[in-house]
Amino acid sequence: MSKTAELEKQDDPIHIFQSNSIGLPHLPTYFRELWRRRDFAYEMSRSTLRIQQANTVIGKFWLVLNPLLLAGVYYFLVMVISSGSHRGPEYFAHLVAGIFAFYFISNSMIGGAASITGAARLVMNASFPRLLLPIAAVRTAFGRFIPTVPIFMIFYVIGGSTLKWQQLLAIPVFGLMMVFSIGMAAFFAALQVYFRDTTAFLPYLNRILLYISPVLYYPDQARHYFKLIGVFNPLFPLLGAFSDTLVRGIVPSVGVWLACVAWAISAFLFGCWFFMSREREFAVRL
Amino acid sequence: MSSLSDFDSSSFGDPSETDPGLSAENILKVHKEVTEQLAISVQNLSITYKTQFERVPTVKKAVAGLVRGEKNKFKVVEAVNDVSFDVKHGTILGVIGHNGAGKSTLLRSIAGILAPTTGRIEVRGNISTLLALGLGFHPQLTGRENVILGGLASGLSREEINDKFLEIANFADLGDFIDLPTRTYSSGMNARLAFSVAVHMDPDILLIDEALSTGDAAFKRKARIKMEELMGNARTMLVVSHGLGTIKELCNDAIWLDHGRLVGRGSADEIVDRYTDFVDSGNSAVVLEDF
Repeated sequence: MSKTAELEKQDDPIHIFQSNSIGLPHLPTYFRELWRRRDFAYEMSRSTLRIQQANTVIGKFWLVLNPLLLAGVYYFLVMVISSGSHRGPEYFAHLVAGIFAFYFISNSMIGGAASITGAARLVMNASFPRLLLPIAAVRTAFGRFIPTVPIFMIFYVIGGSTLKWQQLLAIPVFGLMMVFSIGMAAFFAALQVYFRDTTAFLPYLNRILLYISPVLYYPDQARHYFKLIGVFNPLFPLLGAFSDTLVRGIVPSVGVWLACVAWAISAFLFGCWFFMSREREFAVRL
Repeated sequence: MSSLSDFDSSSFGDPSETDPGLSAENILKVHKEVTEQLAISVQNLSITYKTQFERVPTVKKAVAGLVRGEKNKFKVVEAVNDVSFDVKHGTILGVIGHNGAGKSTLLRSIAGILAPTTGRIEVRGNISTLLALGLGFHPQLTGRENVILGGLASGLSREEINDKFLEIANFADLGDFIDLPTRTYSSGMNARLAFSVAVHMDPDILLIDEALSTGDAAFKRKARIKMEELMGNARTMLVVSHGLGTIKELCNDAIWLDHGRLVGRGSADEIVDRYTDFVDSGNSAVVLEDF
């Protein structure tokens, strides 16, 4: 930039930093800055995905092989538990859809939890809306989910099922799962700063969530007490609605939709509030 | 860089009052006004934080502590204590003091990374930081990816980074290493890349914390020229260094921090001389060792 142009530059931004370390930052400014740096979350996630595959022999193929192996293991598990009783192709499609969606949420939580402590040097060195880091983790989980969509479609079509318009409703359900996941990723990211063993507990929490959610069984086949617990389990309506729409082409009831929206928004607001009201303390805690 | 803050221009005057025009006279007038504007105003800044004795806090330790009835083991550190000073545009301010005097904490709070406990900081312009930890991304990422991520984190657009990339890469002089993971870099190469990214972010205010100490002599010379070029454009710099020779040579203003308190402010020569008298080591080679 020439000196003349530089001297004409009179619209420099002004930053005020004052003693409000507790409580939320100025939200419009925060979200404007977050939006301005959205490419950072994208690039961070793209680089993370590349690193995850960098040291493997088959590289990107893991993104497809991993969910396939998972589906195979759980199908085998269910066969053993149900003493080999016949399960149709529709069930396998339900299992695959449920596991892939569940692992999207689970990977968001685990990736989100490590997003701040894993980027400690960056947090110590640069000032930017920290929420970008758990959002990048959710984007990474989404990047791992995408290759599972064609796998599901293959199993679905091989099973002899036909495509229905109701299946398109799985897209808004997945959108709500994403909103839910951002909230959870932000919550666990902040928690991990205070308790470094959060990531050690998460796999156990996720395993329990998997068993009490309609992944290995259909929502309407859930044991009575799982349905009761389902009132407190956000994944019950979310994963149930996902399978109903995508696999069976059933339009979920208004009650299920309301539960999905309420859980997604509550998790998002709570997670973001928990994170943002503490994020100015992160640099001291790392 | 960061603007996670409320907009408030009260302390800085109305920018519209200095509408330039293109005549040489106006340019000189504007230059004078720009350099007389405050770039940074630190007002009664104190930063206190609790550090835990436990290096890695866990739920397990917290529960064990509760069961044993132990109180939280915290040590309260007053890193910066009631510090006030102003910096005008075009100043290169040296920040000196002993280890643990609060220099890095002060720089991080001006960058918006650490929040003040009490007091207020006002900063006018885009801030770029060159702090002791380098760029800070995963060592598996290439230099190119580091440049892109660093730029995006600073709020530049992808196009702006693409425009600057060649200049950054050439300045860092990494050759083919730019596309290799940074774990393959020497510490000097890391420092060169970090410096190059920081100075090419088009900063109005550049904060440098001991970050040049690992570069070789040739790069130091190059860095010096670049910094002088930035200063010529009425940019502002804050330089933390233990190399007092560097502070004397580079800075036109200096502050001295001691145990979090501001104990001196003046020309770089004066403050460095007072500081060296204080530590009672005279102008020894060790203290004057360059960065």
